[in-house]
Amino acid sequence: MNPLHKEFILTLEGVNKTFDGFKAISALNFYMDVGELRIIIGPNGAGKSTMMDIITGRTRPDTGRVEYEKNTDLTRLNEYQINRLGISRKFQTPSVYVGHSVFQNILLSLKGDRGVFAALCHRITPSETERIHNVLTTVGLAEKSNWKAGALSHGQKQWLEIGMLLAQDPKLLLVDEPAAGMSDEETAKTGELLLSLEGKHSVVVIEHDMAFVRQLGRKVTVLHQGTVLCEGSVDQVQNDERVIEVYLGRKKKDKT
Amino acid sequence: MRPESKRLETWLTIAAAFVLIVLLPALNALPLPEALHVSDFTINLYGKYLCYAILAISVDVLWGYTGLLSLGQALFFSLGGYMMGMYLMRMIGDLGQYHQPIPDFLVFLGWSKLPPFWQPFSSFPFALLMAALLPGVLATVFGFLAFRSRIRGVYFSILTQALTYGACLLFFRNSLLLGGNNGFTDFKFILGQNLRTPGTQRGLYIVTAVTLVAIFMGCRWLSRTKFGLIQQAIRDSENRVLFSGYAAAHYKLFVFVLCSLIASIGGVLYVPQVGIINPSEMGTEKSLEAVVWVAVGGRGTLIGPILGAFGVNALKSWATRAYPDLWLIFLGVLFVLVTVFMPRGLVGIPGQLRGLYQRWNRTSKDPAPVAVAEVEAEKGGL
Repeated sequence: MNPLHKEFILTLEGVNKTFDGFKAISALNFYMDVGELRIIIGPNGAGKSTMMDIITGRTRPDTGRVEYEKNTDLTRLNEYQINRLGISRKFQTPSVYVGHSVFQNILLSLKGDRGVFAALCHRITPSETERIHNVLTTVGLAEKSNWKAGALSHGQKQWLEIGMLLAQDPKLLLVDEPAAGMSDEETAKTGELLLSLEGKHSVVVIEHDMAFVRQLGRKVTVLHQGTVLCEGSVDQVQNDERVIEVYLGRKKKDKT
Repeated sequence: MRPESKRLETWLTIAAAFVLIVLLPALNALPLPEALHVSDFTINLYGKYLCYAILAISVDVLWGYTGLLSLGQALFFSLGGYMMGMYLMRMIGDLGQYHQPIPDFLVFLGWSKLPPFWQPFSSFPFALLMAALLPGVLATVFGFLAFRSRIRGVYFSILTQALTYGACLLFFRNSLLLGGNNGFTDFKFILGQNLRTPGTQRGLYIVTAVTLVAIFMGCRWLSRTKFGLIQQAIRDSENRVLFSGYAAAHYKLFVFVLCSLIASIGGVLYVPQVGIINPSEMGTEKSLEAVVWVAVGGRGTLIGPILGAFGVNALKSWATRAYPDLWLIFLGVLFVLVTVFMPRGLVGIPGQLRGLYQRWNRTSKDPAPVAVAEVEAEKGGL
């Protein structure tokens, strides 16, 4: 894979990050194509969330290159500036505005001017209402438009947050454990939703649930001790000796 | 919110505004029999409560709506008060104890001429301008630094408290030429009117009542704009706001400066009605008291702080007369009780009672499948 010949939406090269002597990310290289859906797995502490933090500007890497599209250096920007470039993130624990209605949650996420004075003068337009309803229909919450977000179930909150990401119409979605706390049926639906985004958006999914990873069936990157252990299809990865040793092997040991 | 309860709320607001702005001053001004007459003392006392209510709103818009517990609102209140106080001191003219054309405390400190920064305060508009500028600039600088460094939660509270305490110590110094620990008092005139006549006090009361209603309406409007939604979103999930492309710091700074101005307006109106301003107004306990008013009334609502400011201060007026030594203990116990048993304050009592009634109804009769979520959803609508 020669990075010079392809157009990547996201490039991480030689990224390092140390927290109090703990190497969270070490010499990480990661390339992602435009429109790709990529799955990242790895045991706890492998650096998955730190990697998300570095991409979204929450944490600055000690060294290394983090580039978005062509020549946009993400290490110099903060969270909201990065978001405005078209990178949206779903957190591991659903973070929605629990005091607001489902409708208002999406309203605040709709693509548009984020300035203080724009917010003061804002009037909701029919086209915005329509866009909000489209998003809510996509994530299956159209009926609950007037519900307080805090009253939704865990799975529904996950969907609402995914809806909030869609409302931003991002180029790149970073989705951290979208199926956590969902029933099998809900998980399957989430998988379908994510697959439907492929092509139009680039999507990174962090996931623990191997059945879900299998359902998505796309290229998997395995992280271990802050670096890429291997990349490939679900089958390739699951049969890789090193992966079995550090990840699946350990998991088997835990079970017995 | 359902349309009928929205209409009810509007009518209640109009009724309350009518009572405060028209009815009470009318009952004070008209020659009425004893039973109907509102005394000058009561009008003056209520005027003071209204100023406290303005202060309480400034605390609540920060705390209840944005999740920023500022313990510095008494500072902005006092700064407004001091600017008004400087004007009122100039209006005393040479009627002071020393019969000099400068305030008594300056004569006492050995001054024979007015210090330069005192000069423009004989202008009322200038004093008002300074009452907006000084707190506004201070809040802008402090807020900019605090929010840029992402100071949140209890650290923000401690910093605002420290700022207030620092200012309090500064104002205690005689060398600041603002009256030291005695502050300003013995005012005589405002805009050419004698401050000690019931008519002037009634006028001040009406201005305060109108200002409070205007601030209430303004904040209510703000809370319903998209800005208000973002403000409350910052309270509930600041990370989500940041990662949705909003510069949360800009929003917080705007709210912080706005609330410093609201508090300052309260102070401007407070001083001519109470007749004194000194550094103890910016003491630690003053900011904390304002927090208690908001907690008791119901934070995150706009009517709550007004009810709280009236209720707690009425209690204080009674308690400090009946049990002067026990007042602070009362206040502490009240705060604990409210936090434990009435988390939504006075405003939340109807909701709590409805909840109890529904639970009682469900356990005593058939267990009707009333989805709790639906009840919650209803509350969620704006």
